[in-house]
Amino acid sequence: MAAASTAFKKLIGNFGPVLRRCFPSVQVQVSRNAHFKFVEDTPDPNLGDNSFFSLIILIEMYNREKNLVQSIADALDYTLAQDPSAIIFGEDVAFGGVFRCTVGLEEKYGKQRIFNTPICEQGIVAFGIGAAAVGTTAIAEIQFADYIFPAFDQLVNEGAKFRYRSGNEFDCGRLTVRAPCGAVGHGALYHSQSVEAFFSHSPGLKIVVPRGPIQAKGLLRSCIQDDNPCLFFEPKVLYRSAIEQVPVDDYLVPLSQADVVREGSDVTMIGYGTQLHVLKEVAEMAQEQLQVSCEVIDLQTVLPWDEDTVYKSVIKTGKCLVSHEAPITSGFGAELAASIQSECFLHLEAPVVRVCGPDTPFPHVYEQFIIPDKWRCLDALKKLVDY
Amino acid sequence: MSLQYKISILIFNLQNQLLQTEMFRYIHKCARSTYRTIHSLRQELLKAQGCAYSTSSPNFPGSEHHKPEWTNTPNFILPERGSGIPVYRVLGDDGAVIDGATNPQLSKDECMHMYETMVTLNVMDKILYEAQRHGRISFYMTNFGEEATQVGSAAALDAKDLIWGQYREAGVLMYRGFPLIQFMHQCYGNRKDIGKGRQMPVHYGAKDLHFVTISSTLGTQMPQAVGSAYSYKMQGNGQCVVCFFGDGAASEGDAHGALNFAATLECPIVFICRNNGYAISTPTHEQYRGDGIASRGVGYGVATLRVNGNDIFAVYNGVKEAREMAVRENRPVLVEAMTYRIGHHSTSDDSSAYRSLDEISYWEQEGNPTKKLEAYLIQQGYWTSEQTEQMLKSKRKEVLTAFAEAENEKIGPMTEAYNDVYDVLPQRIQRQLEETKEHFRKYKDKYSNLDKFES
Repeated sequence: MAAASTAFKKLIGNFGPVLRRCFPSVQVQVSRNAHFKFVEDTPDPNLGDNSFFSLIILIEMYNREKNLVQSIADALDYTLAQDPSAIIFGEDVAFGGVFRCTVGLEEKYGKQRIFNTPICEQGIVAFGIGAAAVGTTAIAEIQFADYIFPAFDQLVNEGAKFRYRSGNEFDCGRLTVRAPCGAVGHGALYHSQSVEAFFSHSPGLKIVVPRGPIQAKGLLRSCIQDDNPCLFFEPKVLYRSAIEQVPVDDYLVPLSQADVVREGSDVTMIGYGTQLHVLKEVAEMAQEQLQVSCEVIDLQTVLPWDEDTVYKSVIKTGKCLVSHEAPITSGFGAELAASIQSECFLHLEAPVVRVCGPDTPFPHVYEQFIIPDKWRCLDALKKLVDY
Repeated sequence: MSLQYKISILIFNLQNQLLQTEMFRYIHKCARSTYRTIHSLRQELLKAQGCAYSTSSPNFPGSEHHKPEWTNTPNFILPERGSGIPVYRVLGDDGAVIDGATNPQLSKDECMHMYETMVTLNVMDKILYEAQRHGRISFYMTNFGEEATQVGSAAALDAKDLIWGQYREAGVLMYRGFPLIQFMHQCYGNRKDIGKGRQMPVHYGAKDLHFVTISSTLGTQMPQAVGSAYSYKMQGNGQCVVCFFGDGAASEGDAHGALNFAATLECPIVFICRNNGYAISTPTHEQYRGDGIASRGVGYGVATLRVNGNDIFAVYNGVKEAREMAVRENRPVLVEAMTYRIGHHSTSDDSSAYRSLDEISYWEQEGNPTKKLEAYLIQQGYWTSEQTEQMLKSKRKEVLTAFAEAENEKIGPMTEAYNDVYDVLPQRIQRQLEETKEHFRKYKDKYSNLDKFES
């Protein structure tokens, strides 16, 4: 019985993409007890597409199907191919990385360009700053965002201020730091954190969180090309569960530009990363159950964030809900709420609501009690609508 | 495009997909079994050679580079005190080259350039120190006693080698030709300061002289320098990177990361530690209990030398050889220059609160690096004591002229407080700047010294 079940799972695992393509209504449960539902985006044709024949399109679509890990690997592959100075380093990246984001790159581009470092986060980031300062495209990996804090000094005091303090003589704009972030179901205190707010208080850094494979590839390419030190936080729960038709071409998704994922007229909901999928689902539920039309905005870049898109939307809807996994106190939602309140005061019909993690560390077995899931968001939305 | 071509793409894509799924798993499985086979073969081989696990010598992967032997007694390695790593010297107390030591045979011009830099640095330090005491600049840090460490290493390096310093390395910059007036502009933070007046005094930087801008955070430059060195190795530009730091900064976690990264990633870098006995008020015996910083180099697998930092030829020879080794072998080298901080830590410090005046005056007299080089120059017939007086006078004049010029220069406009946070000014910061401008239009009379700033 067990063997049959394993065989079935294997079959589903291998042909999951095919099944999903043939029967879109069949949901293959990828992550146990996931608190969100990933619905793939249709790629923007402007991002680059080279299909030419209907049958070929079908096959190509099949082939372009990539999860978040693969789309990140794709972006890294492009970078290394185009930019001979680019290097990738961190803990365990040479064999492919603990999340497989750098698989095959060492064989393809050599040990000098993809290499392991000793286990020392402050060393990794500093090494990247120094390499970037002399013209190398440095892509550092911190194994989990939870372990970025030893490098806090290097990022906040050094990387962020490098250009400013030298009067633009020196900069480390060619540095990108990638780190898996966010809840993963069982990551507990040190494999679940969302650390963006700590860094959002540091002028000079850019902070980016993608919501899926299509965005991830374009945003990561933008981070790497951007002339400022960038932190790229990858929601690790999406690594394998988020699968989309990622354009084959190289393309950029602009930084500091929010994405209106769903248009609506009654409430604006703002989030980023995994939480965006929660909000998308909440928007659907709100439409069906409450006949409330929600506009969902993916902030994408946390710093410097896209004020125009956000204000425009809130001015239109008059109500706003902000949501993130990180603890509520001094989370990035606080910045959004305060800014929205000062810029859109006359248009607001209710106070801005924040649905966030509580002010506790991230627990192991109690994850479902602290995560700002769809039911919490929906409940908050109901109260907001009825205000 | 022909139909066959399209079909061939189709087939290729299908094959590709297969590879990604079942084939990949199969290959993975094969690789694992191959690994097991190789592993067992290796064990067989080791047994045949009589050195398998637990027989003649240990073969733990954690010590494979140094091939240790077994021992049957629990012999602790005790850190020896009193017989530390020797201090390399070239010049004796009288300024003559010691028998058996190598005279670097520098030309008269080179010697004079070094000497002049040391004297100028000294004069500049005295004037700027006094200027701070009089409240004309906000802060200063002198280089008294460490001139030879700075100038000797600068002379031994290629002018294009990249320097990452801590803050007490103005002599390196001066040796490379950083104009006096630029030192002054920086300390005043006026509109001609390269750093645009944003950092505290003595935080110099000069891209054209390959001297990375100083920051206050201790030790942070060390692993950064390693990153630069790695890039230099990749670029194959024949240059090395040089990183200065004090004995106190060596206690930071960044120092550990730097030495370890430099060794494992095989970077052409020379670490130069200025061990001057104190980190502000903390004497070295409260900083560490090993044999200085040099003994740590060995632990990281870094080639190491300890030199007399008050002997400019010892520093020169040591750093020159270190540089060659670093570039030739792509390996990090550590040079610990033993010296003494004759001045206060900074203008915010009164060092008599934690050390005796006798101790300071001993080093001022006996260990003075400038006097030592001067004695050598006199012996060589390059210089006379009378000329020293003249030089001091003319340098004093030069420094004061530059000082006055910098003092009278306007400070940059308020815009400079908002620029260069990013490569381009983000909308939000732009708005904050506009608000500030608006505020100052309204409340001009509430703020002092606004006329000192460019509008």
